Amino acid sequence: MRQAIGIDRVVKRYGAFEALKGVSLSIADNEFFTLLGPSGCGKTTLLRTIAGFEDVTAGEIALYGENIAALPPEKRPVNTVFQQYALFPHMTVRDNVGFGLRMQGVAPAERRARAAEMLELVHLSDFADRLPTQLSGGQQQRVALARALAPRPRVLLLDEPLSALDLKLRQAMRVELKQLQETTGITFVFVTHDQEEALAMSDRIAVMSNGQVQQVGDPRTIYEAPVNRFVADFIGETNVLPVMVDAVADGRARITLPGGHVLTTDAVEGLAPGAHHVSIRPERLSLATADADLTARVERVIYLGTDLQLLARLADGTPIITRLQNSSRNELPAAGAEVGLTVEAGAARLLLD
Amino acid sequence: MAAAPHASGSLATGWRSLAVPLMLPTWLVIGTFLLVPVVLMGVYSVLTKDFRGGVVWEFSLAAYDQFFVTRGLFGDEPPQIEWTYIAIFWRSIWQAALATLLCLLIGFPTAWFIATRSPRHRALWVFLITVPYWVNLLIRTVSLRFLLRDQGPLNEGLLAIGVIDAPLRIINTDVAVQLGLFYSYLPFMVLPIYAAVERYNFALSEAARDLYAGPWTTLREIVLPVVKPGIVAGCILVFVPSLGAFLAPDLLGGAKTYMIGSLIDEQFRGSMGNWPFGGAVAMILMSLVLLVLLWQARAAGRGRR
Ligand SMILES: Nc1ncnc2c1ncn2[C@@H]1O[C@H](COP(=O)(O)OP(=O)(O)O)[C@@H](O)[C@H]1O
Ligand SMILES: [Mg+2]
Repeated sequence: MRQAIGIDRVVKRYGAFEALKGVSLSIADNEFFTLLGPSGCGKTTLLRTIAGFEDVTAGEIALYGENIAALPPEKRPVNTVFQQYALFPHMTVRDNVGFGLRMQGVAPAERRARAAEMLELVHLSDFADRLPTQLSGGQQQRVALARALAPRPRVLLLDEPLSALDLKLRQAMRVELKQLQETTGITFVFVTHDQEEALAMSDRIAVMSNGQVQQVGDPRTIYEAPVNRFVADFIGETNVLPVMVDAVADGRARITLPGGHVLTTDAVEGLAPGAHHVSIRPERLSLATADADLTARVERVIYLGTDLQLLARLADGTPIITRLQNSSRNELPAAGAEVGLTVEAGAARLLLD
Repeated sequence: MAAAPHASGSLATGWRSLAVPLMLPTWLVIGTFLLVPVVLMGVYSVLTKDFRGGVVWEFSLAAYDQFFVTRGLFGDEPPQIEWTYIAIFWRSIWQAALATLLCLLIGFPTAWFIATRSPRHRALWVFLITVPYWVNLLIRTVSLRFLLRDQGPLNEGLLAIGVIDAPLRIINTDVAVQLGLFYSYLPFMVLPIYAAVERYNFALSEAARDLYAGPWTTLREIVLPVVKPGIVAGCILVFVPSLGAFLAPDLLGGAKTYMIGSLIDEQFRGSMGNWPFGGAVAMILMSLVLLVLLWQARAAGRGRR
């Protein structure tokens, strides 16, 4: 696996404020890599240091093994799709798309051909002679994409490119972007605060918070094996329960759930016996037929179509959410009823903090 | 025009019916103080001159004839083109263009500097730019004359620190006129450009850099075209009054730096003047300015298409 971008202990300070607190990442060639995190966690800042719009305070960024710290943006083989598109308002769509090629000194004939090819790729061939203001938001977004792809960069940076689009268009663009990445083979670094978007598109995800990377992994690992409370909470819906770890041996841990039931689950590295938390996804809980792991009192049942959501509380008041498939077999408990819940084997994930 | 899309519904319609009475004062002011003087000048320009200033109410094209045609010292030679006044026009255009260029070269970086400060500081800088203009133009021009004199503070200062051995001859030269025009009209360049740069989306510059344009190329290809309306407005606001200026050339320039403004000014002074000729020169100047504005409006219209 060849490394496209190596980010080594990068720190970015604005005055006294640290926007990036020592970020290290290795992004592979041809990878669809996503930076995911809540607003203000430093995703844009990290992207801007890669593009060259911001200097780093400390640390190094390497592009295909070459340190790019001293290179201005125009010398980096990296193109950006800006959050607000930043299309040149005085140029036609064709000239916008051809701009990078013109700056690279590509001859007019080839420039025209390649701009046309790019517009074809994003289904905008009929709009080549329009000005950006004469396009819809979705079309502008695709022009921005075509403009950034036209010079054939080795890395494409995308800063929440879909956030300004409505839901339908956003979902369609997810598929298109993913396909585009696969056909072009360009390394994509994609920024979003939308976990669903991240899970749907990425080869790997880096979850960020507070200027730090919390976890890096493929969507499945991030979703099913979050390493800490932040990641577990941020990605999808989850139940975080306080537990006692009684013993750790051979990568397994014996834990006591609230209510006293004991079960064993995978340990995580660096885990010591004592008070900890586990994350249990709502869909990994079910109504107990016999021996229950958890006992809770139902507060509300919400009908969601394909699913049912059971909102309940444990004896100590901890809220717990259960997702049940909507099938005629289910006999639904009423509000106020006491139910037993079964935790699917391996579903209780120990968290480090 | 911009309000048209909202001009539906009873409230908007109600306002529209009020438009005529509300606009009336504006039209009256424009009519009285703009149209009447222009028409008066136009009429004067085709009357016959009286000896001690003023006019005789008798139609005559003598003023225009005097401007464009010469028949020799005694008026008995075959008519030829009179170059004297055309030369004054030409020099005035040249001076005004140079002053405009100077204002642009200094005004653009100034506007850029102000527009890129934090919003609080911007207000302060704009305020500072306008401070000198609280003082009357005549007084400012006179003080500039004082400043630039052979024994003025500028020359004395430069002599004292040994940069020069003899006083710089600035006063009564074109350079002094340029300085005067520049100083008089700089804010008219800075303010519209500032307004345009303040609205400029700096992400466009980043996008250009990202697409392999260097800093200068970005300025030429992206920044200047996008803020062009502000630049054009600034140039017109400096060029037009510079063309008709008479304070700076009169007080700072020498005999050779005679501009249109002074020529017109002179025709209406005391008993030596020639009102119809003054009117004719004013009309010719105005036609010239209108041509410039028309050309600009057409260019802007083409750009927006
Ligand atoms: N130029 C700047 N000056 C000061 N603080 C900044 C600047 N740019 C970003 N920040 C701060 O850095 C943090 C991270 O910002 P950003 O990278 O834009 O977050 P994200 O893209 O994840 O929403 C925010 O708290 C933001 O206020
Ligand atoms: Mg951001």
